[in-house]
Amino acid sequence: MNIQTAIKMTAAETALVDAYTAQIGDLIGDGAVLSARDTLVHGLKTQGLPTRRVESWHYTDLRALLRTVPAADPTAFAERVEPLVAGSSVLTVLNGKADPKTAPAGINVRSYAESLADGVAAPDLIERGPDDAIGRINGSFVRDGFEIEIPEGTELEVPLEIQLVQSLGQSHTRFPVTFGAGAKATIIERHLSVSDAPSLVTSVSDLILDEGAEITWIILQQQGAADSHLGQVNFDLGTNAQLKLFVINAGAKLVRQEIHGVTTGEGADFKLRGINLLGGETHTDVTFTLGHDVPNTTSTEVIRNVLFDRAKGVFQGQIRVAPDAQKTDAKMACNTLLLSDDADFSAKPELEIFADDVQCGHGATVIDINPTHLYYLQARGIPENKARAMLVNAFVDEIVEELENEALIETLETIIANWLEKHA
Amino acid sequence: MLEIRNLHARIAEDGTEIIRGLNLTVKAGEVAAIMGPNGSGKSTLSYILSGRSDYEVTEGDILYNGESILELDPSERAAKGVFLAFQYPVEIPGVATMQFLKVALNEQRKFRGEAELSTPDFIRRVKEAAAKLQINPDMLKRPLNVGFSGGEKKRAEILQMALLEPKLCILDETDSGLDIDALKIVADGVNALRSPDRAVIVITHYQRLLEYIVPDSVHVLYKGQVIKSGDKSLALDLEANGYADIIDAAA
Repeated sequence: MNIQTAIKMTAAETALVDAYTAQIGDLIGDGAVLSARDTLVHGLKTQGLPTRRVESWHYTDLRALLRTVPAADPTAFAERVEPLVAGSSVLTVLNGKADPKTAPAGINVRSYAESLADGVAAPDLIERGPDDAIGRINGSFVRDGFEIEIPEGTELEVPLEIQLVQSLGQSHTRFPVTFGAGAKATIIERHLSVSDAPSLVTSVSDLILDEGAEITWIILQQQGAADSHLGQVNFDLGTNAQLKLFVINAGAKLVRQEIHGVTTGEGADFKLRGINLLGGETHTDVTFTLGHDVPNTTSTEVIRNVLFDRAKGVFQGQIRVAPDAQKTDAKMACNTLLLSDDADFSAKPELEIFADDVQCGHGATVIDINPTHLYYLQARGIPENKARAMLVNAFVDEIVEELENEALIETLETIIANWLEKHA
Repeated sequence: MLEIRNLHARIAEDGTEIIRGLNLTVKAGEVAAIMGPNGSGKSTLSYILSGRSDYEVTEGDILYNGESILELDPSERAAKGVFLAFQYPVEIPGVATMQFLKVALNEQRKFRGEAELSTPDFIRRVKEAAAKLQINPDMLKRPLNVGFSGGEKKRAEILQMALLEPKLCILDETDSGLDIDALKIVADGVNALRSPDRAVIVITHYQRLLEYIVPDSVHVLYKGQVIKSGDKSLALDLEANGYADIIDAAA
């Protein structure tokens, strides 16, 4: 017997469920897609948004934090902006509407709306597990995105920027991306807001890297002060594939960015580099899980957080090593610069190791600005506020410097410096 | 240029008194050596002159060009021309050496109401000064002092001094950790800065450095006071006979 306790739905939960009913005639999808959506919405209706009683949401009580959901507004207007790096290829998603026409030569791009319409997308629209609230919300409402294939051996000379510009309302997008054997590319998933009105943005990227692909994927989130961002990246790394994933949060009121990966080919290497710039009364959660499923795969994760004001931050990092995944080498670090007594950061590392010949480690630090460093800079004539800004910058710049594209490094440094100037 | 009057100072955290009634006058153009046994307060004096907040002045005053600098923070003192070459220069990961030099130079210029240096002008100055100190340009591409050897750090301090052109230079055991060749290069760098409008305070344990940077006056610091002053022959005397006689005589 299966008894479902009826929950009293919050305003946000009601708004989501009602929105689904209201849009039912309008949501894209063939029979299989629509039935997958129904299943996901049913989960939302019966379980509600996750609370702190759900372990993976313990530090981010979504039910309490996501109070209201702005209504979708199909008439909202947003315009393309200049790419981060001049000369990049740009694919735009303006208020959730994707335009595949500007795809660069040599790669295959089609709009996800088409994949929904003809049912290709149906198998994607499932939950990762009972706690997959992002997959559930996104799968219920997803309207667009890009399905991208970078064929075997293709090297993209310039970065490909997927630009998601939001003005208000809602946007739910998906990006299944396959990188063929030996493909090399830098992809920028850039979320930004062009108005102060609230938005709810959900975005799921599913990356598959074939043998020897070398990919840098950057998620730059700069949404507005009233926005909620629910993001998820899933990846699967084949033999000798290398993925460097940079996650930079510098905006939004409520953020949950999930990263879930598996290494399925020997020699695969994953790097996660994260920067969370947190200020105001915001809540930002980066949750990461990685399964080292086969022998001889490596990963390093370095997260740097800077907190001002009453900001709250969370990093959950889970590394699982399968029983036969010998010679796994995984190292995780989470370093936090806490610059306000009212700010709060929770770090939760988890290692689940079932093999016996592995190297795994994790460390978390919480620090203030080093007074000796500050004194040294001041002793050379740099005023205190400027010296502080330099040291905060230095703390996160070590991460940015790991990128290889000089123009991209410079742009990100400017974005970070501007953010710090506004919040410090 | 510098007049220290009956200075008393303690460690802010635990109240330990380190400087106990110190008097010292250094004139423009003068090179003054401060010597003394371990724990006599030499490094503390240098930190207090630079304005480090870990120390509290409880009595007395420090006059620089006739004005008290006790209320100035380290950056203001630096901009007014006080420079401390650290005994242990600090490694700061993530701060590029060139960026640091440029910000420091321009912030000091800004404080004094001077125009900022253009980038080409700045780079030219750094290159010239670095070449004189035999500093490998690759070193300047690294984060500040990170991965520098002991000798490289000391040379980097003198490079900063040469670029910032301070009026009062305080060298805190700049000779420690230097081999004889590096010592000569550093000493040449300091001597090149000697001028009638600039004073230098050399804090050292050993007479050796004073063979290369010849002082006009030598002062012995003990238990937070200057217990004896003299000319350069005092340093030779200390080298030969140690501190015991002077300490006994002062007691």
